[in-house]
Amino acid sequence: MHTILIIVFAPLVAALIAGLGNRMIGNVAAKSLTTGALLLSAGLSWPIFLGYIGGTETAEVVQVLKWVESGTLTFDWALRVDTLTAIMLVVINSVSALVHLYSWGYMEDDPDQPRFFAYLSLFTFAMLMLVTADNLVQMFFGWEGVGLASYLLIGFWFKKPSAGAAAIKAFVVNRVGDLGFMLGIFGTYLVFQTTSIPEILAEAPAMSGSTITFVGMRLYTMDILCILLFIGAMGKSAQLGLHTWLPDAMEGPTPVSALIHAATMVTAGVFMLCRLSPMFETAPTALMIVTVVGAATCFFAATIGTTQWDIKRVIAYSTCSQLGYMFFAAGVGGYGVAMFHLFTHAFFKALLFLGAGSVIHAMHHEQDMRYYGGLRKAIPFTFYAMLAGTLAITGLGVYHLGVGFAGFWSKDAVLEIAFARGTQISVTAFWLGVVAALLTSFYSWRLMFLTFWGKPRWIESEHIQHSVHKTPAEAGEDTTGGYHPHESPVSMLIPLGVLTIGAVAAGQVFAPKFLDDAAFWAGSIFYNEPLIHAMHAVPYWVKYSALIVMLLGFAGAYTAYIAKPHIPARFVATFPALHNFVYRKWYFDELYDAIFVKPAFWLGRQFWKLGDIGTIDRFGPNGIAWVVDRSAVAAKSIQSGHLNTYALIMLLGLVAAVTFVLL
Amino acid sequence: MEGLPILSLMMLVPLAGALACLFAGANAARWIALGATLVTFVLGVVLWSNYQIGGPQWQFTERAELFAGFSWALGIDGIALMLIMLSVFLMPVCILASWDSVKKRVGEYLAAFLVMETLMIGTFAAQDLFLFYVFFEAGLIPMYLIIGVWGGDNRIYASYKFFLYTLFGSVLMLIAMFWMVAEAGTSDIPTLMQYGFPPAAQTWLWLAFFASFAVKVPMWPFHTWLPDAHVQAPTAGSVILAGVLLKLGGYGFIRFSLPMFPEASAQFAWLVFTLSMIAVVYTSLVALVQSDMKKLIAYSSVAHMAIVTVGLFAFNVQGLEGAMIVMLSHGLVSAALFLCVGVIYDRLHTREIARYGGLAINMPYYALFFLLFTMASIGLPGTSGFVGEFLSLAGIYQTSSLVALVCTTGIILGAAYMLYLYRRVAFGGQVNEDAAAMRDISVREWAMMAPIAASVLWMGVYPESFLAPMRADIAVLDARLAAAAPAGDAALAAGAPRAEAANALPEHASAKEGAH
Repeated sequence: MHTILIIVFAPLVAALIAGLGNRMIGNVAAKSLTTGALLLSAGLSWPIFLGYIGGTETAEVVQVLKWVESGTLTFDWALRVDTLTAIMLVVINSVSALVHLYSWGYMEDDPDQPRFFAYLSLFTFAMLMLVTADNLVQMFFGWEGVGLASYLLIGFWFKKPSAGAAAIKAFVVNRVGDLGFMLGIFGTYLVFQTTSIPEILAEAPAMSGSTITFVGMRLYTMDILCILLFIGAMGKSAQLGLHTWLPDAMEGPTPVSALIHAATMVTAGVFMLCRLSPMFETAPTALMIVTVVGAATCFFAATIGTTQWDIKRVIAYSTCSQLGYMFFAAGVGGYGVAMFHLFTHAFFKALLFLGAGSVIHAMHHEQDMRYYGGLRKAIPFTFYAMLAGTLAITGLGVYHLGVGFAGFWSKDAVLEIAFARGTQISVTAFWLGVVAALLTSFYSWRLMFLTFWGKPRWIESEHIQHSVHKTPAEAGEDTTGGYHPHESPVSMLIPLGVLTIGAVAAGQVFAPKFLDDAAFWAGSIFYNEPLIHAMHAVPYWVKYSALIVMLLGFAGAYTAYIAKPHIPARFVATFPALHNFVYRKWYFDELYDAIFVKPAFWLGRQFWKLGDIGTIDRFGPNGIAWVVDRSAVAAKSIQSGHLNTYALIMLLGLVAAVTFVLL
Repeated sequence: MEGLPILSLMMLVPLAGALACLFAGANAARWIALGATLVTFVLGVVLWSNYQIGGPQWQFTERAELFAGFSWALGIDGIALMLIMLSVFLMPVCILASWDSVKKRVGEYLAAFLVMETLMIGTFAAQDLFLFYVFFEAGLIPMYLIIGVWGGDNRIYASYKFFLYTLFGSVLMLIAMFWMVAEAGTSDIPTLMQYGFPPAAQTWLWLAFFASFAVKVPMWPFHTWLPDAHVQAPTAGSVILAGVLLKLGGYGFIRFSLPMFPEASAQFAWLVFTLSMIAVVYTSLVALVQSDMKKLIAYSSVAHMAIVTVGLFAFNVQGLEGAMIVMLSHGLVSAALFLCVGVIYDRLHTREIARYGGLAINMPYYALFFLLFTMASIGLPGTSGFVGEFLSLAGIYQTSSLVALVCTTGIILGAAYMLYLYRRVAFGGQVNEDAAAMRDISVREWAMMAPIAASVLWMGVYPESFLAPMRADIAVLDARLAAAAPAGDAALAAGAPRAEAANALPEHASAKEGAH
């Protein structure tokens, strides 16, 4: 049996046993089984990945089962493994295994642990199906499967109304993207008569000049197909316009945020673009749109990140912003660069989320950074892990020394390739990326300073008040309220430690392969050799721009939150409109509520009351009844509501039929 | 199997059971009915396993001349086989669903179901036009009775509406049938499916059949009887109404309208598309604002059946096969959703969504089944709903991207109203004490839900089992429709490759290389 079968299906089996067995098999069995399955999958994934690094593995497809055959539209269940898949395998399985382990500690007191672990493993299975897909429909299966798992995990604490609402929002907003994805698949099938990805990619260049009609518009075939597919990617990867679900998804338990809403699921859109990169390369307009959306998202989300108080929301907007980087990297043709940023981001963002979870765990479920402060000494291990994550995401590293944290290698490559691409749009994306890097540094250090530095502000938190049974007034001078944050248990610290290694070293170790080695990619993505050369040849000021803005952001955050902490309040007082605009997340939720949600319900009521009842029924059955009622006494007795009368009439009809035949 | 009139036997078993039920006590009647439906189901399995894929188009044919050209002619192709399987599969479930909840006139009630089973099998197996008509119309009489006698408070209005719509349609269809038989000189359905009616006649024949089938489907704006009928019907009545009776309309289109009047079908395709597009958006939005669970699912049925009608009139293999799978899938899923409503209705005696909440806490397995069927309803890949919806929409996309776009919005709206329902029923806190005290599903309820759940997953993961028997028949139909099929709107035109490759580099960027 091929190992890929074990890698993919072990989590499914574990999920089914843990989920259906639930209380019958108990917490420990469910947790051991799912975690064990993931450790197995992760353990089997690394050799495959290292095989591609070493150049000893070659791409292959394992057929599993026939799925659908309808005329020429056929697709099967099959598992494809190549370089691109291998990267995703290690990312998904490693982070998932660590998150499973972490959840032993984090979810220790939850009454519903088997269900939680079953969902986590189910998610992992769906994600693996997505990345091993050999045809677009199986990719869509994984796509929707991770959507289901995400829905279930966001709504895991379903007793909270906000969790239920966030879960629906995530699913429905994603479905808007899926509309594009589905139409993209239909169109692709129409044009290529297949949904097999390798066949489509092989045929795509020949179609680059062809045109097609879509909803009355005459368009370049490849542009419209890629745009439709990209709409799907926008939904899953929370890009500007379809991003509104991601911050709300933080209602789910923190390990979920780390696995699904940072490291894996939300990167599915980037993966799709890279998987289909030879197809997107034939669609210049679509790629332009990808670049614009990616750059806009990376800037927009970063602005919001600077104003939020909820520690998880800051990281969520940060994720949104980092995904924007990946998209514009892909949009300018740097698919390997996008994948590299995806790879390093998975480590440091999972680290930041799990670190935040550790802080929340220590702070009795308080998520508001206004009530943190001074935690550096109380939870030192978490602090150092978060510090490594922050240095990674802000991209500390020096070009001339050739050393840096993970984010330094990948984010700088993103910025450089955008600059090297040299079009007006790509250079604009570069500048937006630089500004976003400044903001990233600012909000990341703001998070660190608010959480770990300064004086404790714990007693202001209701959660802490509940814990120590004191009000702020009773606590008096002692702003800790006598609360003692505890460092997390070992099961949570091990994942933090492992991910710290990734956040520090993943860039340094793998940059040569991901960025410069066409043989490593082995045709699994579109590899633009001249563009990579141009990327390395950008001027020094470009190469140092990220470091400079990183330091500026650090200095800004230091000034505002340590040196002169009155500045933020004064800024808010001076520019209330600007602050509100950003703090309220550019009013997207309010806008969508006004133009989509409310009108949908309003229209539904109108259609029902005025359409069905007021018009169709009134002039249809009720109208006929009324006419009949008034017009004839005889008829009135027929409309008596007695069923036997009706049945009799039916019988008369049958008799008439038989009579006709007899005649 | 040679010589055994298995189709007649399958009709006879429930009929005999019905007679026995009439004279038995309540408890004995339940067991008789369960036994009869299970035996019929077993016969159905025998039928399916003996059906030769790639064999003759019409199999298990029986023919007995009755009088004056009116003959007892039965026989099935793959399409009929699948719909018969759906019927005989759901029937034991219906009996189980009524086990405790129906208390008055139990024998008559079960007899009505058994008679309906006989008539439904007859409808799908009939090879004579008038025999079809008899079964088609007579099958509705037990349904009237089930709604009108064992229904809710407003059952008279509901059954009246049901009756009025149906009568309106069938009268026109009957007249058309008389004309067809006079014109073609035979009432044999397979012959009529090959007959070339003059295009001018096809137009009004098509409209006459449309009047009947559009009501049954039901298509907008002939749908308003359905929510009322569902709301008033007992649980098992809703199951069979949604599961099988709604399929009669779709079956009518695929058996009569399309093969017998291909030109008219092409001519009126845009009528069907327009009504279907309205149905998807309109009824989905109406479903969103319902506070009665059964009404919500009833409206969702209208939206789903619109996917069937666009698939049928897409005039290609994917559309037709997709439409068939949607019918089978919807038959299972909507039936299961009505069962889910029935399970909690039996406990609390209300369909008000707001009276529930937090059921995932005290009824975890119920919540799991409900979730699975919700996901199947919104077409999650891996469930039956996806395969049908995907093929059907892929089919219509080839004909019109506009229709595909509008109908695909159903996946957004469907997710919205179903998840909104699920959230209000299963999620949230336990606000109502009586709802919080409900016990999880019983063994009997497991026995109803688990087989449907398994089938939904089977059809989602390996639909080949269901597609294979129908493939040849749909290919025949597709070939017959080919001449009349409208051209797709895509009009793919080749062109010279575009000059600007997407990410070719401008000249200036090829400077010296750094050492990154």
